[in-house]
Amino acid sequence: MAKASSMAKTKHGEGGLSARLVGEHGIGLFLSILFIAPIAWAILSTFKPPAEARLPPIPPWPTTGFSLENYVTLDSFGAGLWHSAQNSIFVAGSSVVLTAVISLLAGYGFSRFRFPFKNLFFILILSTIMIPFQSILTPIFLILSWLGLQNTLTGLILVYVTLQMPFSIFMMRNAFDAVPKEIEEAARIDGATNFALLTKVMLPLVWPGVVTVGLFAFLNTWNEFLAALVLMTDQGKFTLPIMMTAVQSGRFGAVDWGAVQAGVTVMMIPCLILFLLLQRYYIRGLTAGAVK
Amino acid sequence: MSSITAKAGAMPSQPVRRRAKVDRSHWVGLLYIAPAILLVTVFFVIPLGMTAWMSLHNWPLMGQHRFIGLDNYLAITKDTRFWNALKFTLYYTVIVTIAIFAVAFPLALFVEKPRPMASVYRTAFFMPVVVGFASASLLWAWLLNVDSGLFSPAAQQLGLTEKKFNLIATFNPAFWSIIVMVVWKVAGFTMVILMTGLQSIPTELQEAAKIDGANAWQRFRTITLPLMRRTVALALILSVAGSILAFDQFYILLRGGPRNSTITAVYWIFNQSFVSFKLGYGAALSMVLLVILVVLSLIQLRLLRNPEGT
Repeated sequence: MAKASSMAKTKHGEGGLSARLVGEHGIGLFLSILFIAPIAWAILSTFKPPAEARLPPIPPWPTTGFSLENYVTLDSFGAGLWHSAQNSIFVAGSSVVLTAVISLLAGYGFSRFRFPFKNLFFILILSTIMIPFQSILTPIFLILSWLGLQNTLTGLILVYVTLQMPFSIFMMRNAFDAVPKEIEEAARIDGATNFALLTKVMLPLVWPGVVTVGLFAFLNTWNEFLAALVLMTDQGKFTLPIMMTAVQSGRFGAVDWGAVQAGVTVMMIPCLILFLLLQRYYIRGLTAGAVK
Repeated sequence: MSSITAKAGAMPSQPVRRRAKVDRSHWVGLLYIAPAILLVTVFFVIPLGMTAWMSLHNWPLMGQHRFIGLDNYLAITKDTRFWNALKFTLYYTVIVTIAIFAVAFPLALFVEKPRPMASVYRTAFFMPVVVGFASASLLWAWLLNVDSGLFSPAAQQLGLTEKKFNLIATFNPAFWSIIVMVVWKVAGFTMVILMTGLQSIPTELQEAAKIDGANAWQRFRTITLPLMRRTVALALILSVAGSILAFDQFYILLRGGPRNSTITAVYWIFNQSFVSFKLGYGAALSMVLLVILVVLSLIQLRLLRNPEGT
């Protein structure tokens, strides 16, 4: 707790400073390793040959030769890893696009137009964040079957996009609010139509908001577990988390830990890469939510 | 249509022409928000109403449902397994929230200081957050496995335990393993929230207190903490709400075991609704959970409303 001090303006020339720096970076590095270790452990161990992957992962890297066998094995379970991966990519990809488009339109509508019950609609959408979706899964299940969408990826996507709405619309309305109205006026005087105005003039200006919304939509839908578990009962429609849990529970015979970690790696890598590339947008989204 | 909205866009700077424009642009604005409203209505508002409606019925998956008034709610009062699940959920929520804060607060103080590498550390601490709960649970299921995992064999090889010790066979080790896993997964998130609060504190205040001779702990207690009320409240509520809804890790890692001792509220609702297919009863349980969460959100709104606190 003593670290609350606001030293580290880095202008201290006193002795003992370098010892302190070494200590602090020592702690920083140690903690970083601690947080990354489980991820690194899982990824490294997937390259062991299956026989070695059954043994405790000490050390985590392969010692009896490099192998991709675990990834190959995984494809033999149920409908296959790559089939589930395709489902996941389709679900997450469509959710990202739909979330971005729908919240872009709604954000524009809420920011730039006046219409009856505007505030009521806005509060209605935002207040859904208070209600846990876990408590309305049963009726969602029934509604999807009434719409003929039970056990379809389309149904799952629509549910996912709905769950993204409060955060995304809040983000996009703020993004539009931050654009000066004069820019629009100038474009209108130049004769831009309504739609051209949104796509050509406004879109580039609110693009960071769109990326943030898309990034959150991807991470949330790619990793979502409970709704997919409840709504997708047919093995051919399993997304990766459901598929891998089935493998881990021994549904397809003895648990093959090498294969499970291969699946975990496939699930983690896209999230980690996207986060490292778009970290700025992620933090922006978090703080926007936090500061509101 | 473009000319109508063109005027709407010019509204604020030309108040004289406001009235006509407002009236004519009604429908255009609604058009833009229509897809969002449609989705939220069909997949949120209607299901919400249905949950309340179904909770008053005996509603099997197949066959006719039957109105039974408040019988489901009466049954809940006698459902000891649900109350045990709720008790366990609250126990878990309290412990995990304390654990997350105990780790996240020092981390936030550590990464908030401007120093070289600070952003690298921040990124490293944050990495587990973007990994999903399902992936993290599957990963730790392996690390915690008694034969093929990391911890038991490592402890044995280091001579800490004589035989391999199965961490998830009894309640306490299993429970604390989950706590460690969740803290690893979530601490980075709470850290970033707390960090935004720390950054909003003017440095002059800290400097002034320092000149007045306040030590680091005094400064933390009298400046940092009071000025962070809102942020701490937010981080607290996010952590509590998330923990009350915990499911993935208990389902994947422990299957509710050992001996059904780690079944959470959502897990019990899941079992009643989608394993036993008592949809009406599950809906009634959901209503109880929903009320708890809404009350929590209302407390949150209150806590966040007065910026300076009272």
